[in-house]
Order: sequence, then structure tokens, then C-alpha cells
Amino acid sequence: MTTAEPARPNAPAPSAPRRLSAWLHERPRLRLGALLVAPFGWFGVVYFGSLAVLFAYAFWSLDPQTGVVVKSFTLSNFQRMVTDPVYGAIVQRTVAVAAIVTVADALIAFPIAYYMARVASPRRRALLFMSVLLPLWASYLVKVYAWRVIVAPSGILDWAFHLVGITDSSSVLGVSDVSMTIVFIYMWLPYMILPIYAGLERIPSSYLEASADLGARSGQTFRRVILPLVLPALVAGSIFTFSLTLGDYIIPQLVSNTQFIGNVVYVSQGVAGDIPFAAAFALVPVGIMAVYLLVARRLGAFDAI
Amino acid sequence: MVQRKGLAAIAVIAILAAACSSSATSPAASSAPASQVPASQAAASEAPASPPASETPVASIGPGEGELDLVAWVGYAEDGSNVKEYDWIHPFVAANPDCSKVVVKTADTSDEMYTLMSNGHGLYDGVSASGDASNRLIDRAEVAPVDPALFPDFKDLTPFLQSPANNTVNGFHYGISHGWGGNTLMYRTDKFAAPPTSWDSVFDPAKAAAYKGKITDYGGSIYIADAALYLKTQNPALGITDPYELTQEQFDAAVALLKAQHPFVGKYWTSFTDEIDNFTNGTSTIGTTWQYQTNTLKGSNVPVEAIVPTEGMTGWSDTWMLSRYAKHPNCMLKWMAWMVTPEVQAQVAEYFGEAPANPKACDILNTSTKPYAIKDFCTAYHVTDEAFYNAISFWKTPIRDCGDSRGNTCVPYDEWVAAYTGVKG
Repeated sequence: MTTAEPARPNAPAPSAPRRLSAWLHERPRLRLGALLVAPFGWFGVVYFGSLAVLFAYAFWSLDPQTGVVVKSFTLSNFQRMVTDPVYGAIVQRTVAVAAIVTVADALIAFPIAYYMARVASPRRRALLFMSVLLPLWASYLVKVYAWRVIVAPSGILDWAFHLVGITDSSSVLGVSDVSMTIVFIYMWLPYMILPIYAGLERIPSSYLEASADLGARSGQTFRRVILPLVLPALVAGSIFTFSLTLGDYIIPQLVSNTQFIGNVVYVSQGVAGDIPFAAAFALVPVGIMAVYLLVARRLGAFDAI
Repeated sequence: MVQRKGLAAIAVIAILAAACSSSATSPAASSAPASQVPASQAAASEAPASPPASETPVASIGPGEGELDLVAWVGYAEDGSNVKEYDWIHPFVAANPDCSKVVVKTADTSDEMYTLMSNGHGLYDGVSASGDASNRLIDRAEVAPVDPALFPDFKDLTPFLQSPANNTVNGFHYGISHGWGGNTLMYRTDKFAAPPTSWDSVFDPAKAAAYKGKITDYGGSIYIADAALYLKTQNPALGITDPYELTQEQFDAAVALLKAQHPFVGKYWTSFTDEIDNFTNGTSTIGTTWQYQTNTLKGSNVPVEAIVPTEGMTGWSDTWMLSRYAKHPNCMLKWMAWMVTPEVQAQVAEYFGEAPANPKACDILNTSTKPYAIKDFCTAYHVTDEAFYNAISFWKTPIRDCGDSRGNTCVPYDEWVAAYTGVKG
């Protein structure tokens, strides 16, 4: 920059960057704007832009003869989704599995989170944190493939069931919906533990003491003090487990023989080249999550994140 | 308390970071089971839809551009990292120092290959396309015609593979034939007292029920043709002549057969590794396969055998094709010439388990001592047997035009895709 100004006067004037900085110093709002324009620009253009494109494509169609996208408004994609029962069945299945995974994760996560937040010594708590977080550092695919080995016929899970006398487990495990659900529950468990932990941790001990002083039994304290206070955190965690299951298509493909919404989107886009239908079907989980988030907001989940 | 707050903060950050990273890994992760779809997909799907009326075939090979990017079937471009005896990439680079870097993207289905080529303009120089992708690539002007005189070994190719319909249109050669084979019926020999002889083992509900959950089907929609091929002999009243040219009635019958079979199917495999895993651990014991999986399984001492059922079989005949949008066309042309030399043809045929397009490979194959060598290879694979070749129903893209007196009454491919989604349920 300085090389661009070869002739310098004897009394050096402030350099260009210095002048700019002085000028900006008097305009804090502009400064903030300049700082935020890049991240928010990225968010607006890339994130909402792609959503807008998705939305537009959903109302276009594919010319089956030429394979070219016809850019004129049509509801044919949605018509196809409604008239062919297979798509409704796939949506139902995806939502059902997402709900099962969410409930199971909540049931497993709560005791762990409670122990971490209110019982464990600081040392043990740190250790538990590490154990909960460590799996997140491993590759998603590595974990799925590891689980394929675990649930395979005559795999370790099958073997464990045999030990306790259940001999027909291989007909349920292996490539199946049960295996898929187990893998989902494992995959998203940390996303449920951590918000619940944060929620439990925020409840002052004095509340529990007060509840006990007023004669409440532990069950009553749990139902009437802890649960209402931790509910927003629970809902926050469920947003993760539910939406991650809803959008996944790799676990169904690798561990089960079933199709999720994502598999149909993938096949429509990647195999049939029918991007409009893929876009239309992709709007289904977007819609489901929009409703879910509205309900979650009512329950105060966003204050708990 | 301070420490607690810290932990809570860490927890929140971890959640956010993990949520972000997980949503970022999911699409990328799909590369293993499925495909890496380029970002430019939206724009690319609006490519021109027919090949130019008059073509100027590429008639010379210039100096290499330093790199070569391929879309290939598994086992078609090996560098010795899987089985060290099978390596034709390093020798290619040694022979062509001007193409020193070879990048291979393997695809699991023809549809995936087509999508990679049509969405990834400039990313890939060429593809090893089967007949159900090659004609689509030609029709949609994705691949360039070449002068076969560019390839010194062209004249040695089996005569019926020099200008087959799956790569030669209007007299223009859109690539060079690579090899061919059939989709056989594989089964675990330890689970079957009597070896199966017919596709009815998987399609006839009465027989299939015995192996409920152990049957595996191919996960690509072209598999509807396998059902149609079975119906061709099983239900002559339907009058199926070609399993890829199905009228609505014939198509519905094939789809109904697959839907009836659905409860017995344990896995629709799309990734060849899936099928290898499932046959190894016993999830699957019978189903359609490529010779590659059979060879690999036998190589790891899994008791499997593959047969040609009495109804015949579907199959593939593959072509190396040059993309019109290739960034390294000269390297691709050099690769195409390389792939039909007898030495390389012998390697790939033996490794993948298919009939080489160039019968001159037979001398090498018949005396091979490599791990996958089999006795009298070229007899076993019917390399020059035109009658056998003609008996295979080779993969091709179903289009509305039946190609015969029935006219435009056949079910086009996009309906195959939609119907197969319905089959899988």
C-alpha cells in the first residue's frame, strides 16, 4: 500500500489504513455492519438461498422424454406424493422411527444427565463428559459400520442374547428396522444428554431442599419440581434427536432394508434425475420440523439451548 | 460453581459444534454407500437433450494433460492397493508420464454413473458405462464420438463388440468396448442341499418363503428387468420379448412379482461391499450378483457358488467413453487405448470376472497364475461365443419407444424408478 505513494511529504500524513481506522472509529454501527456482513451474507445467500431454490424446484416438473426441468408452475409432484400410498407410508415410517428414537434417547439420557449434574463428583463428571463427547469425534460412517458388525447375525449382540437364553435374536437383528433404530438411538444419544444436563444443572439445589422441607417425597419432587423445570431442555434435546433421525438416509441404507424420506429424495435426485420431485419430497421434513419447532418454542425449548 | 458453569458452557458449545459437524458429515458421508453429487447439480440437469445431428469424431491424440479423472465400476481401474497382483494404473502412468495422476471415482449403479457424468461436467474425463447408461449418455450428448482408428487394438476386438448398439449410433463410435458378463445367481453352498437351477428360488413365493429374509435383490431399478426375464419363461401368456421393452401390462406383472417377493427380501443391495458383507456373515444366502463379488467371497473362503439359471440372465456390456466436457481428453483417449490392450484386458477380466472384449487376452488368461486365475478362462466366460452373448439380456435404458411394431407403448425408465421405490416400500 505504501509503495503506491512514492512521494511522501516531510511531515508524514497519517497512512491510509490509519485514516480509515480513525474514520471507522467514529462510526460504530458501520463497523459492526462491516464485521457481520460476511457471516450473515453467507447465512442469507447460501442457507436461505438454497432453501428458496428447493422451494422453487418443488413446483416445477421433469419432462420424462428429454429429462429437462420444465420451469412452469405445477402441483404434479405433490399430487404424486398424495396419490401413491408408498410415499405416505415412507413419511409415516420416518416420523415414527424418529419419535421412537427421541423417546428412547430421552429415557436413557435422563438418568445419565441427572447423575452427571447432581450426583457425580467434579472429577467423575469430567470423566463422564469425556465419555459422552468422545464418540462425536469419531466419523459417523465408522460408527455405522461398527454397528453393522455388532448387529450382524452371530455378531456380538446376537451372542449376548444367546447367553441370556434368547436364541431367535438373529431374526430380529441383522439387516432390520430394529437394528436401524438401535443405531439411531446410539448415534444421537449425546445430543440428548447434553441439553438435559444443562437443564438439570440450572435448577438451584434450594428448590429441591424446599420441596423436601415441605414434605414432598422424591417422586413428587421429580414430577412437580424437576420435570417442569427441565422440560424445555428435554424438548431442546428432542429437536436434535428428532430432526437428525428425520433427515438421515445413510443409516437406513446401511443397516436396514427400508426407505426413509431421505432415501427417496436421494434416489429421485441421484438416480432418476428428477430434481423437482426430490425437492417436493424434501419439503415434507422441512414442514414437519417447522411444526415441531413451533411447538418446541411454546414449551420454552429455545431458552434452554 | 465456576467449574460447573464452565462445563455447561462446554456442553452447549459441544452440542452446537456437533450439530453442525454432523449435518456437514451426513452428505459427505454418502460418498461411501452412494455417491458424491457435485454442487452444480441444479444447473447441470438442464443440459442439451439430443446429440448433434452431424458429428466430428475425435481423430487424434495429443500430449497428455497431466491428469485423468475417471468414473468407473469397482474393479475396472485398479492400482494394486486391493490385490497387489492387479495393477494397471501404475503401468499406465509409467507408459504415459504426461498423465501422471489418475483419480478414480467408483460408482455402484448405472444411474449413479449417469448422474455423475451429467452433473459433473469438467470433473470427469470418462466413464466405463454399461448399456443402460451409455445410450442415455449418447442421446443427451454427454459423451464424444471417437475414431476407432485411434486405438491400435480395436481391430482385435471380438467382432460383435466392435460396433455394438450400446456404443455405436448412426455409425459413430462413442467409445470402445471393454468387456461383458452376466448377472448370475449366487448362493451359499453350505445353506443349500440342492443347488438352485432357476430364478424361481428367489421369485416363486412358494420356494422363496424357505429363505425368508435371506434373499437379496439388486437395489437399482433396472432389476425390474430380472423379474421380467423370469416372467418371460414363467408366464408366456404375457408375451414378453425383451425385459427392457415392457408394455404397461407386462411391466405391472413384473412389478407385482417383485412386490410379492418383497416380504422375503432381506436386503436390496446397491453397494457391492454390502453384498460381500451380507454373504460373509450370513445375512444373505441367495441372490443376484456380479462375478466380482463371487470372486472376492471365494477369495476369502466364503462357501459361495454362482450359476446361470435356466431362464437366462441379464447382463452388462461396458464401454469406456470420453466426456464431451473432459478437461483431460488426451489422457482419457490414452486410457481407452490402454484398456483394450491384451495385457490390461487380461488383468481386468480376471480381477473383475468378466469376458474381455479383446480375445487376444485369452493367451495370457489361460496361463495366468495370479490369485483369481481360473482354468480355461476364455471357455468359461464364452469370450468369443456370439450365441451365448446374444442369449444375455444386456442392460439398456427402457424408453417409451418399444423399438418394434408396438410403437410408443412401452414404459419409460423414470416410471421404472418410481415403481421400484414402490417395490421397496
